[in-house]
Amino acid sequence: MPEPILSVQDLHTHFLTDNKEVPAVDGVSIELHKGEVVGIVGESGCGKSVTSLSIMQLVPNPPGKIVKGEIKFKGKNLTYATEKQMRKIRGNEISMIFQEPMTSLDPLFTIGNQLIEAIRIHQKVSKKDAKNYSIELLNLVGIPRASEVVDEFPHQLSGGMRQRVMIAMAMSCDPEVLIADEPTTALDVTIQAQILDLMRNLNKEKQTSILLITHDLGVVAEMCDRVVVMYSGKVVEEGSVREILKDPKHPYTKGLIRSLPNIRTTEQKLYSIPGTVMRPSLDQVGCRFAPRCEHSFDSCWEENPKLLKQESGRQVRCFLYDEEKSERGVTSNDKSYT
Amino acid sequence: MQKEEKQQVATNPSKKKHQMSSEEIEETSPLKETLQQLRKNRMAITGFIIIIFFLILGIFAPILTPYGFEDQDPVNRLMTPSAEHWLGTDDLGRDIFTRIAYGARISLYVGFFAVIGALIFGTLLGICAGYFGRWIDMLISRIFDILLAFPSILLAIAVVAILGSSLENALIAIAIINIPIFGRLVRSKVISLREEEYVLAAKAQGMKNGRIILYHILPNSLAPIIVQATLGFGTAILEAAALGFLGLGAQPPTPEWGKMLADSRDFLQLAPWTLIFPGVSIMLVVLGFNLIGDGLRDALDPRMKN
Repeated sequence: MPEPILSVQDLHTHFLTDNKEVPAVDGVSIELHKGEVVGIVGESGCGKSVTSLSIMQLVPNPPGKIVKGEIKFKGKNLTYATEKQMRKIRGNEISMIFQEPMTSLDPLFTIGNQLIEAIRIHQKVSKKDAKNYSIELLNLVGIPRASEVVDEFPHQLSGGMRQRVMIAMAMSCDPEVLIADEPTTALDVTIQAQILDLMRNLNKEKQTSILLITHDLGVVAEMCDRVVVMYSGKVVEEGSVREILKDPKHPYTKGLIRSLPNIRTTEQKLYSIPGTVMRPSLDQVGCRFAPRCEHSFDSCWEENPKLLKQESGRQVRCFLYDEEKSERGVTSNDKSYT
Repeated sequence: MQKEEKQQVATNPSKKKHQMSSEEIEETSPLKETLQQLRKNRMAITGFIIIIFFLILGIFAPILTPYGFEDQDPVNRLMTPSAEHWLGTDDLGRDIFTRIAYGARISLYVGFFAVIGALIFGTLLGICAGYFGRWIDMLISRIFDILLAFPSILLAIAVVAILGSSLENALIAIAIINIPIFGRLVRSKVISLREEEYVLAAKAQGMKNGRIILYHILPNSLAPIIVQATLGFGTAILEAAALGFLGLGAQPPTPEWGKMLADSRDFLQLAPWTLIFPGVSIMLVVLGFNLIGDGLRDALDPRMKN
């Protein structure tokens, strides 16, 4: 396998709040290869967004800080990069689009103005060329009457159009990696599908690698090659989309998939995982999902489970798959499981 | 309506094709919209008229009156308003109308430059404090707190006492005491703008801090700055008059309104016009700026629309 274009190794990003250190990202490792779409899934507050901001070195500091770990982009370690070096990478080689297309554009400037600005940060082109290129980009992302839209203000566009503009802006310098932080969450379902289509096309045509952050398993199923499931700052499961959706191993992933509404079942009530995400803390012992897990046994409360390698590149962080530990556990909860 | 349409086509040839759709849109450009809002506001119009009146008075003072502001006429001391001396004369026989007209120059000059000075430094410090935060914010905010802890006139007196009393020094003093007012306003606005997603998006595109400030932060915090500046004109003029009254601003024979009040206060009963007219001038100018300021605030605040 070739060297990944972006690799995150054992990333720890902590936040200092009220004299307490909160490990928002606690030892996350992700690899992204050329032309690949990797999804990061998890519920609110599990560290998805902080992971993406860490990659861009945009974690607000203070209170946030990358305390440990390595972020390698094309062999360069970004954690050691200076602000100046980072600025050259941001938008140029790694681009990012955000959740709220409504607020991601400056309300005071026209679309063209902002696109031209974004283009001219990294490319030495005249304003006129930049404007023509902006129109080209807007056409590329499927905005009708692009030559007019360049002169319009953000409030004149719909949410879907603004998100297209954001994608156009992110694609303006042909980045090698696109980080999309819940790009479709604020949009309605039909627009969502269009935006996802657009991103998939860009991925196919330009071989842009995409790191897609979402809490929507449907989006993951549609877009991603591989998926990383996060819970409370840790990766709990990783594997190809197909296998994870078909055969989830970690109880949390199982719960997530069970809680999706299914058109075929006649169940009256939708399943939900009991309890809420606990706030990550440094002095916590045991599996973080244990309090909500229906299979938890003694070891789960006493030790941190390790990420276990499974067949075909899958990984799962659960004692149920640790042969030494789980003998007792699995047999004891097999009854309840069936 | 049709004229406007034609004009737009003339200035924007690329827009010919979609005139209908973009016409309504074009009309709502921020500046135009603000002016339209202002035009609807009668109070603001009144304010404008007052200020324009005093501006004309100041600019054309030499044409409007045959006298000089220093011309003394011992024979005609403390004359009541008449055809010859519209607003009467003071204790040295100087024409009060002339002195008020020349005084308008001074008041508007002091108001303008004091506000511009306070605005530039206040905005600069406010942006630094709000955008960079941490110890920079600590330092700048505490300086603002210290400046605000003094009653403003006391601080101005202290500044003038250090620099010596003259009109220019009064101007500097007024600028200094107004710095924290702009500074705190800008700081609070910048703190909320800093968290805007488009600022994060700009950073994610690799934009430098300086560019983000110039391109995103400053234009977006302009509305409250403009309003505060307009209101600030009024206070600055009032403060200049107060310093003049105390003898710390303009020195005689400069026809400064506050100084005129101070010079005439012995004749309150004998010749009330020597006090009333400079007093009314101060009041009207301050009122004018406040009316414009209020009107601008309503026009620039999206929540106040319709």
